Amino acid sequence: MAQDIHVALAGNPNCGKTTLFNRITGQNGYVGNWPGVTVEKKEARLSSDKSVVVTDLPGIYSLSPYSPEERVSRDYLMGGEPDVVVNVVDATNLERNLYLTLQVVETGLPVVVALNMADLVEKSGDKIDADKLSRRLGVPVVAISALKGSGVDELISLARREAAKKAEVPAHRFDSAIEDVLDKIEQLVPATVPTSKRRYWAVKLFERDASACESLGLSDAAAAKVEALVAACEKDCDDDAESIITGERYALIAHMMDECVKRAPQRMSTSEKIDRVVTNRILGLPIFFAVMFAVYYLAISTFGTAATDWVNDNLFGEGFELFGTAMPSVPDVVTSWLEAVGASAMVTSLVVDGVVAGVGAVLGFIPQMVVLFVLLSFLEDCGYMARVAFVMDRVFRRFGLSGKSFIPMLVSTGCGVPGVLATKTIENEKDRRMTVMTTTFIPCGAKLPIIALLMGALVGTSDATWIAPLFYFLGVVAVIVSGIMLKKTKLFAGRPTPFVMELPSYHFPSIRSWALHVWERVSAYIKKAFTIIFASTVVVWFLSNFGTATWAGGTGAFGFLPAMEGVPEEFTDYSVLAMLGGAVAWIFAPLGFDSWQATAMSVTGLVAKENVVATAAQLLHLADATEADPSLWTAFAGMFATTGGIMAFGAFNLLCAPCFAAMGTIRVQMNSAKWTAVALGYECGFAWVVGLMINQFYLAATGVFSVWTVVAVAFAALIVFQLVRPMPKGAWEDAPAVAAPAA
Amino acid sequence: MRSLKDVAVGSTVTVAKLHGEGALRRHLMDLGLIKGTQVTVVKVAPLGDPVELTVRGYELSIRKEEAANVEVQ
Repeated sequence: MAQDIHVALAGNPNCGKTTLFNRITGQNGYVGNWPGVTVEKKEARLSSDKSVVVTDLPGIYSLSPYSPEERVSRDYLMGGEPDVVVNVVDATNLERNLYLTLQVVETGLPVVVALNMADLVEKSGDKIDADKLSRRLGVPVVAISALKGSGVDELISLARREAAKKAEVPAHRFDSAIEDVLDKIEQLVPATVPTSKRRYWAVKLFERDASACESLGLSDAAAAKVEALVAACEKDCDDDAESIITGERYALIAHMMDECVKRAPQRMSTSEKIDRVVTNRILGLPIFFAVMFAVYYLAISTFGTAATDWVNDNLFGEGFELFGTAMPSVPDVVTSWLEAVGASAMVTSLVVDGVVAGVGAVLGFIPQMVVLFVLLSFLEDCGYMARVAFVMDRVFRRFGLSGKSFIPMLVSTGCGVPGVLATKTIENEKDRRMTVMTTTFIPCGAKLPIIALLMGALVGTSDATWIAPLFYFLGVVAVIVSGIMLKKTKLFAGRPTPFVMELPSYHFPSIRSWALHVWERVSAYIKKAFTIIFASTVVVWFLSNFGTATWAGGTGAFGFLPAMEGVPEEFTDYSVLAMLGGAVAWIFAPLGFDSWQATAMSVTGLVAKENVVATAAQLLHLADATEADPSLWTAFAGMFATTGGIMAFGAFNLLCAPCFAAMGTIRVQMNSAKWTAVALGYECGFAWVVGLMINQFYLAATGVFSVWTVVAVAFAALIVFQLVRPMPKGAWEDAPAVAAPAA
Repeated sequence: MRSLKDVAVGSTVTVAKLHGEGALRRHLMDLGLIKGTQVTVVKVAPLGDPVELTVRGYELSIRKEEAANVEVQ
């Protein structure tokens, strides 16, 4: 449709852009990535008028050429697609927000400025004269509240009106000395550049923006003339070009602020009052631990688990009572329905034992997941998580990460899929990659049954409360050790990345965006249940139910085992899964678990960790047994020669590459096949080495030595060496690589 | 040279010059830390780093390492 109007939403991070986007489009946005960089773009049509396409640009502070978000935004703005830009401005933080506004106006595109959170400004007693600001900027300015919806209709009609207009030369002017130089540079800009865009390019050339020179195709002679002009101006001003332009912009803004804003007498804001306590030097850490404990107490120990248990035991277990009426469970309903329609035993087995059992196991986690994400999303949306990053940065920096890595790790305790997705708030590419690689070491909700099973097998009770924290501890240690080791490799070498972060004002999130945030995460998990896990349960069902009849008296034919004549009760021993498990069992022999069952469990664990316990129950012929079932503990422990093997099995399964769904998410987030391979390879390799060390050192302690003992010692020595050796020489001298475009 | 790193908590200073280069320097400038800007050091994180600043009416957190690049009067 050629008549479509394209509206771009631009603004600082946290200015309410996404709230506005959700409000005007009805949140059915399409989320995608810009090719080549892990920067998200959202696109959707206006709910009131489908001919208007709204693109939500990433939150940025400037149109400088340094971060991928900024590059993507300016390429999009200059690429000719948008008809009008709506610049969302946080009116409570006007001065800094106008800095981007000036740059957006300079693009020469029609612009409408939306003064968001105008209601909060009014409340504080400040007054912003929108008309005067509009005259100074040369573009329409409208006060809105994206949260409450006021002014939004006016904003849309203004945007439509502006979109119909022709591009104009930006109105604001800098100091006359700078303007003289900019005029001269503008004359050197190739004649093919339209009048409205000439000033933008002149400013970019003045700033010595390398990519501007390139995209303009400036001749060498012209480039030399520009350089001479800039150098002369720098000498006159005794400052560098970038500083001169930034200084001019802020000076202009200071004038506008004086003219257009009337400030009420300063009071201490609620936000400041909260922060006095929350990030207090002494109280900061205890408050942080208390908040985290409360979140896990609610999500894991009480509320969430109670709900999850109810779903598992009743909905997918033995049925339940609703208002005094006995209700059958889902598997019972499905079974009786299948019997009623006369389905064969094979189909019933596939649907009930395969699909319903598998998908049900996953869906059971949803209540827990919802509680966890409701709490975490609230902490994030209200502004507390930024304070957590502030408080924890010191700790994370020690092993090569930043305070911002903490949020993905917290989310990963629920599910790795949204955890990996949460890394997108980390601007620095190396930090982001490192966080993606290590965040799934943290035990997720689906690993908890494995932990319970291990507990039962190791100490004979699932109530040993000291063991579960041990596995979280293992996860945290794995993150720390990996961080320190990887930081010293070529992959991650380089200066520690700077930590520069705005601490947004606290505010109560709108219920709508809070709910959307929770839904975004939970739906990622549900999607996984119905796609990957659905498919994988069917495959595992097939592999464990089909095989060749090679038992004594068997026909040697291939087929559906349970329906065969004279089939032994333990038919899975003859299944395809047994053959496959047996074929790769040698990989795990040094780790102390070489039975095909343990191998098959680990392999199905790579598909989805939820499968591990279910597979164990299936393979050990204890169908319906759960991780809390002592008979399963004994049978499970029986697969291993020693306790070391059990522990190694646990370590491997908790640390190795996460489920298919998380792997897929890692692929999306890394946006590179090579980095995905590096991440998954490292995770599996690390898990194998840890498992090897656990088993071999356990064996050595009991007096059993082999060539693998030597291998384990060698690995341990290597890890210790990598941990304690100083940062390799030369690792700090790759500063230019930081500014290089994303691969 | 006196840098922002050495400024006592609670005091307000004026930026004299921004050292360093490349992306970080530009980022700090874009956030409004330029010559002549008034900056208040509000607090230090519980573990001693990073610091919280008030600049141009909003709260900004940077590490001491980065603050060392900001020369103040």
